[in-house]
Amino acid sequence: MKQHTTKAVPASIDDTLKLLAAANYLADRSLATVLFLALKMGRPIFLEGEAGVGKTEIAKVLAETLGRRLIRLQCYEGLDVAASVYEWNYAAQMIAIRAAEAEGEHDRERIEHDVFAERFLIKRPLLQAIEPDPAGAPVLLIDELDRSDEAFEAFLLEVLADFQITIPELGTIKAERPPIVVITSNRTREIHDALKRRCLYHWVGYPSARRELEIVHAKVPGIGKRLSEQVVGFVQALRKQDLFKSPGVAETLDWATALSELDAVALDPATVSDTLGVLLKYQDDIARLEGGKVKELLDQVQAELRAAE
Amino acid sequence: MAAMKESEGRLSENIVYFARALRAAGIPFGPGTVLDALNAVRAAGIGTKEDFYWTLHAVFVKRHEHSVLFEQAFKIFFRKRGYLERLIAMMSPEATGTPPQAEQPQASQRVLDALFSGAEKIEREKQEIELDARFTVSDREVLEKKDFAQMSAAEVATAKDAIKRLVFGFDNVKTRRLTPHPRGHRIDFRRTLRSSLKAGGAVIDLKYRGPKIKQPPVVALLDISGSMSQYTRLFLHFLHTMTDARKRVSTFLFGTRLTNVTRALKEKDPDEALAACSASVLDWSGGTRIATSLAVFNKQWSRRVLTQGAVVLLFTDGLERDPDERLGFEIDRLHRSCRRLIWLNPLLRFSGFEAKARGIKVMLPHVDELRAIHNLESMRDLCQALSQHGSHVDPKTWLARVA
Repeated sequence: MKQHTTKAVPASIDDTLKLLAAANYLADRSLATVLFLALKMGRPIFLEGEAGVGKTEIAKVLAETLGRRLIRLQCYEGLDVAASVYEWNYAAQMIAIRAAEAEGEHDRERIEHDVFAERFLIKRPLLQAIEPDPAGAPVLLIDELDRSDEAFEAFLLEVLADFQITIPELGTIKAERPPIVVITSNRTREIHDALKRRCLYHWVGYPSARRELEIVHAKVPGIGKRLSEQVVGFVQALRKQDLFKSPGVAETLDWATALSELDAVALDPATVSDTLGVLLKYQDDIARLEGGKVKELLDQVQAELRAAE
Repeated sequence: MAAMKESEGRLSENIVYFARALRAAGIPFGPGTVLDALNAVRAAGIGTKEDFYWTLHAVFVKRHEHSVLFEQAFKIFFRKRGYLERLIAMMSPEATGTPPQAEQPQASQRVLDALFSGAEKIEREKQEIELDARFTVSDREVLEKKDFAQMSAAEVATAKDAIKRLVFGFDNVKTRRLTPHPRGHRIDFRRTLRSSLKAGGAVIDLKYRGPKIKQPPVVALLDISGSMSQYTRLFLHFLHTMTDARKRVSTFLFGTRLTNVTRALKEKDPDEALAACSASVLDWSGGTRIATSLAVFNKQWSRRVLTQGAVVLLFTDGLERDPDERLGFEIDRLHRSCRRLIWLNPLLRFSGFEAKARGIKVMLPHVDELRAIHNLESMRDLCQALSQHGSHVDPKTWLARVA
C-alpha cells in the first residue's frame, strides 16, 4: 500500500500547472484554469472529448499529486444504486434473522433494527467517496458517464448537488468535505443540461504539436529526438486528414513506444504501414492511407521538419 | 480601498452585461451561473487576459459547440483596446492611484446594441434575395428562408390537426436496467428480505426482478431539398408530434448541408417549433447531397445519437444529384450503426414506381424497410409499423422488379 501524503489544493493557476507537470501531465493553461476553479469552488469537473486525449488520466494525476485516494466508478448501461452506492449484505442478514429466531427473538421491530445496521452495508464507490477520509477528501472519478442511462444520471444530481446520499433504512449521509469529482464523457450521447449545470465544463482537445512533443518526451523517456519529432509530425498530419477516428494522445504514446521497442531511429513508409494499426482503429481509415498516401504524408512531415530547422 | 470596491462593482456590472450578451447570443444559463462567474473571477483573480477568458469560459460554457459563440462574444465585448487591460490593472492589488473614469457601463450596452442591429441587417439582406426556385433547375444553393405561414390550402390545416392526433405505437425493447417484475429472471434480494421480515423471517417469499422495458431512441433524417419541398412542412409537423409523444427523438434536416433541429422541435407549440427550425436552416429547397450529408451525420453525430438501439427514419426521395460510390458506403455505415433503418419515400405514391434512379438502386440494399409516406394513411401505417418488428416488404423486391 502506497503511503499518501496529503497536500493542500493549489493556490493559483500557475501552481496548478506546476502540480500537474510534476506528475508528467502537461496541460494547457485553459485546463489548468478549470481544474483550479473546480478545486477552489468545490465544484465537479465535467470533461468531454474524443477517446484517448487524457481525460481519465487527469483524475489519476490529481489523486496522485494531492495524495488523495482515487475512487473510480466505471459507468455502463443499467448501472444502478446497488452497484454504485450501496447494497445490503443479504446473505449475512438472512443468517442474522435465523440466528435471532433460534435465540427466541420474535420482536419484528427489533430484528429489523438489528438487520439494517451499518455492519451489513456493502459500500460502493459513491458512498465511499462521501465518507470521511483521514487523507482528505478523495478524488471521485465517474468515468464515461455517457455509457450509463438517463436514470442513473438523474440519481447523480442529488449526490453532486449536496454531496449526500439517502439510505432509507439508515438516514442521510452527508460528506464532511466534498470529494473532488471528475466526470468524463466520450459524447456517445448528450448528458442532460441539469447535470452539466452543476459542473465546470471543459472540452479536452488534441494538443498542439509542441505540447504533444513534450508529452512524448515525458512519457517515453528513451525515444530519440528525430524519431519523436517525426512521430508527432505524422500524427498531427493524420489529424488533418478526413478520418472517421483521429488518433488521440494515447495512440501517439503507444506508437512512440512501439517504434522505440522496434529500435526504429526514423520513420520510413514500410515501418509506418506495418505499425499503422497502433494509430488507426477503423479499417476504412487504414484503407484510406494505402497506396502511397503514407509516403506522401511522410515526405510532407519531413519537409516541414527540415524547414523548421 | 474604496477605489478597489468601486472597481469590483464595475467588474461585476460588466460580467452581468457580458452574461446578458452571451444569453442573447444563444448560450443558455440561469442567474445562478452569473453568480458562479463572479465567484470564479474572485477566486481566480484577474491575472492575464487568457486566464480571465478561461475562467469565464469554465463557468458559462456547458457544451462544446458553445465554445465558438463564447469566443466571438468575448472578442466583441472586450474588444475596446486596452479596456480589459485597464480592468485588470484596476483589479490587481498593486494598483495605485485613482482608477481612470473613462468607461461607462453604457459602453458595453452600446456594443450589445451594435451586435443586435447588425444581426437584423443580415436577416434583412437574406430576405431580399428570396426567390422561388421550385421550378428552376439551379446548381447553386438557394439561400432561401422559407416562410411557413405562407402555405395556404384548407387541407393542409386539416392534415396538421390529424397529425397532431396520431397515436404512436409502443415499440419496446429490453434494457439492461432491472426493475421489480412478477416473473423476472433474477431474485430481488432487497425486496425478498423485506417481505420475509414482515412474516418474522419464518417464510422466505421470493421476489424477482426483470429487465426494464423502454422505447428505443428515434433519429429522423429529413431531406429538405427542392424535390421534397411539398412535403417537408407536414413531415416536420409529424416529427414535432413524435418528439412530443416519445422520449429521445432527434431530428436532422439535410439538403446540401446537415442541420440538427432537435432542440427547435422541442418547443411545445408546433408553429413556434417550425419557425425555430426554419430560422436555423440555410438550405431550404436547394439541391440534394445525400452522400455528403450522410457522411457528416456518420462522422459527427452517429456516435452521439445512435446509441442504445436507435431506429433511423430516413425521409428522402433518393434522388441524389450525382450518385457515386460514396453514397453506398455512407448508407452502409449508417445501416450498420443503428438497429433498424426505415426509408420513407414519398415517390412510392406513384403506382408505377420502379427503383430505376441510380441513387435509389444504391441505397435500397442497405435499408431494412422501404415505406411510402405521402398521405395521412401512410403516416398512420408508419406509426403502427414502428411498434412491430420486421419488415412488411423486403426492400430488395423493388430491385428484383426492375431487373
